Amino acid sequence: MAIRAGIDIGSRSIKLVLFENGSILKAEVADTTFDPIAVCRKLLDGVDYHAITATGYGRRLFSQRCPCNVVSEIKAVASGARFLLEECRTVLDIGGQDTKVVTLDGCGKLDKFLMNDRCAAGTGRFLEVMAAALSFTYEHFTQAALSATRAEKLNSMCTVFAESEVISLVARGASREAIALGIHESIATRTLALMKGLQLEDTIMFAGGGADNPCLRRQLEAALGRTLYLPDNPRIVAALGAALCDDTKEKENGRRQFVVTAD
Amino acid sequence: MAEDYTQMWMDLGLDLKAHDALLGVLGSMYEKTFLRQSGRPEGMKYFDFVMSEVHGLRIKELMDARTDGRKVFGSFCVFVPEELVLAVHGILVGLCAGAEFAPDEAEKLLPRNTCSLIKGAFGFALAKVCPYLAASDVVVGENTCDGKKKSYEIFRDLVNDMYVIDLPQVKSDIGRELLRQEYKRFATIVEEVSGRKIEKEALKKAIEIVNAKRSAMHRLAKLRAADPAPISGLDALLANQVFFYDDPERFTKSVNEICDELEIRIEKGEGSSNKGASRILVSGCPMAVPNWKLPAIIENSGAVIVGEESCVGERGTRHLTSSEGDSVDALIENIVDRYFKIDCAVFTPNPSRLEHIQEMVREYNADGVIQYNIQFCSPYQIESNPVERDLEKDGIPVLRVDTDYSQEDTEQIRTRVEAFVERLQG
Repeated sequence: MAIRAGIDIGSRSIKLVLFENGSILKAEVADTTFDPIAVCRKLLDGVDYHAITATGYGRRLFSQRCPCNVVSEIKAVASGARFLLEECRTVLDIGGQDTKVVTLDGCGKLDKFLMNDRCAAGTGRFLEVMAAALSFTYEHFTQAALSATRAEKLNSMCTVFAESEVISLVARGASREAIALGIHESIATRTLALMKGLQLEDTIMFAGGGADNPCLRRQLEAALGRTLYLPDNPRIVAALGAALCDDTKEKENGRRQFVVTAD
Repeated sequence: MAEDYTQMWMDLGLDLKAHDALLGVLGSMYEKTFLRQSGRPEGMKYFDFVMSEVHGLRIKELMDARTDGRKVFGSFCVFVPEELVLAVHGILVGLCAGAEFAPDEAEKLLPRNTCSLIKGAFGFALAKVCPYLAASDVVVGENTCDGKKKSYEIFRDLVNDMYVIDLPQVKSDIGRELLRQEYKRFATIVEEVSGRKIEKEALKKAIEIVNAKRSAMHRLAKLRAADPAPISGLDALLANQVFFYDDPERFTKSVNEICDELEIRIEKGEGSSNKGASRILVSGCPMAVPNWKLPAIIENSGAVIVGEESCVGERGTRHLTSSEGDSVDALIENIVDRYFKIDCAVFTPNPSRLEHIQEMVREYNADGVIQYNIQFCSPYQIESNPVERDLEKDGIPVLRVDTDYSQEDTEQIRTRVEAFVERLQG
């Protein structure tokens, strides 16, 4: 069988999945940094594959440097979700800079989708900025939010305004935990509003880096009144889907390696 | 540009430095967006020439016509009846509003959350870079949306002369009567400005000239139903855009020549895109030159645009004016009938627009519809929701794109459009 690679070049992290014989051979995640191609090269160093499909915001950049198939992250995440969970009909993907809701029809085909607007409000990046505003590491930030008994209400959805709001809450003596929970609640509210734009069918999968945040999961499930299916490794769903989207499936002739062409 | 128009631009009071900068950007955008397309019809060379001379030769023609005593009327909307202008030997041109220019200047006069089209018009005027505006004897505004009608109150101070046509909002008998009265009033205005009386024969001739221009566009539109589409959506949009600038008779001839060529291409099975490419109907707000962002993204995603349900497109060109009638009044009634059918989203309710979109999807074999909304354009933004719901109910996939004239969201839009094309391909 041929090895199919999927690489998802996101705004915050790059994910690589190698797929062979109906299962995941390898899955890796690395920070995007300021030089995504260098990160891709490192991830693909010494890796053999028969075909590679790129997705994510860096897909075009990657395709200019390396022969590959290209697929949108919307289709990729839908394909990955469907592979992991056959009954999946809706995918919520909270990534570094955008949030997507994708619905699949009964046959698993991409149906409708919605994405947040052009700014990073309500995305992973928003959470990171807010954690920093509270001088928390990201992990401590979610733990603090989980431990909070009450939430401070945040009104701003804009990352910049919300940061000022957090600073004024701190200045008023609000507890860090309550602010942290308030931030998670505000994202859950915003995400819910986006999700309501589509007909949500069960089962709903939660993918992307946002799904690794237990507080966000808890708040979202409470707001939705439904359970979200959490895959083992939610960050790699789109990279896996990209690998699966390759249509040159059974081409056995010759393994390839990452070749970087000049600019 | 072939000739040096510096003196003409100076005489028009343009800001030469800013204008040079604009032409530089426009030229390189045109090169990247249009000239790099493959499989273009030969006839598009005419439009390449028109675009290369859009601030040059065409303006010279307008200035020469003015020297000969003809009057130039500038407008921003398809509700301004070209027939009446031509009947007094005048010229109607579209004014610049398709790019963000000097937004900081525009925002001194307008709220930040004004749509790009209005802000663009102000930016062009304030920065003194629109030769069409400078060459217009009268700017004709129209009370369509709230944004435009309130802006005209301010715009008035920036132009030589301004006249505003009031418009109905409901397609009722009273609404039609309002439009009739307003067009009669406009008829007296064009007579006053030109110093000529509207004569029956001249009006008939004018109706025929404008109808011929529209008919050429209808012919072009129908040819795009073929698979592969014989012309790219970008090139067809360009024809729709030039519709507002060019000499009408020369334009008609050029579009018909392109159609002759496209018929041969269709016979040979040649196209601007591959057979089987996803076919998209773009519907919504107008796209004035050089607003090519969304169509370029769509066609770079491997899809082909097969129609524009837009003022710069079929909403603007679709109906003909009857030239039957034995008096000026009777012909004006025909004009009222024709324009009253335009299904702009300022009308409430506006069911004929949905029907037209459905009809275009069928006629041009579209696989899906992309609704294009300019941010802060309430009429189209609000209407897009029920339109999307009804089209999806019919099994027609819809993508909604709300954007403005900036380029910063290009990649976000590209992701959505590519995913939409993937959806269409199943």
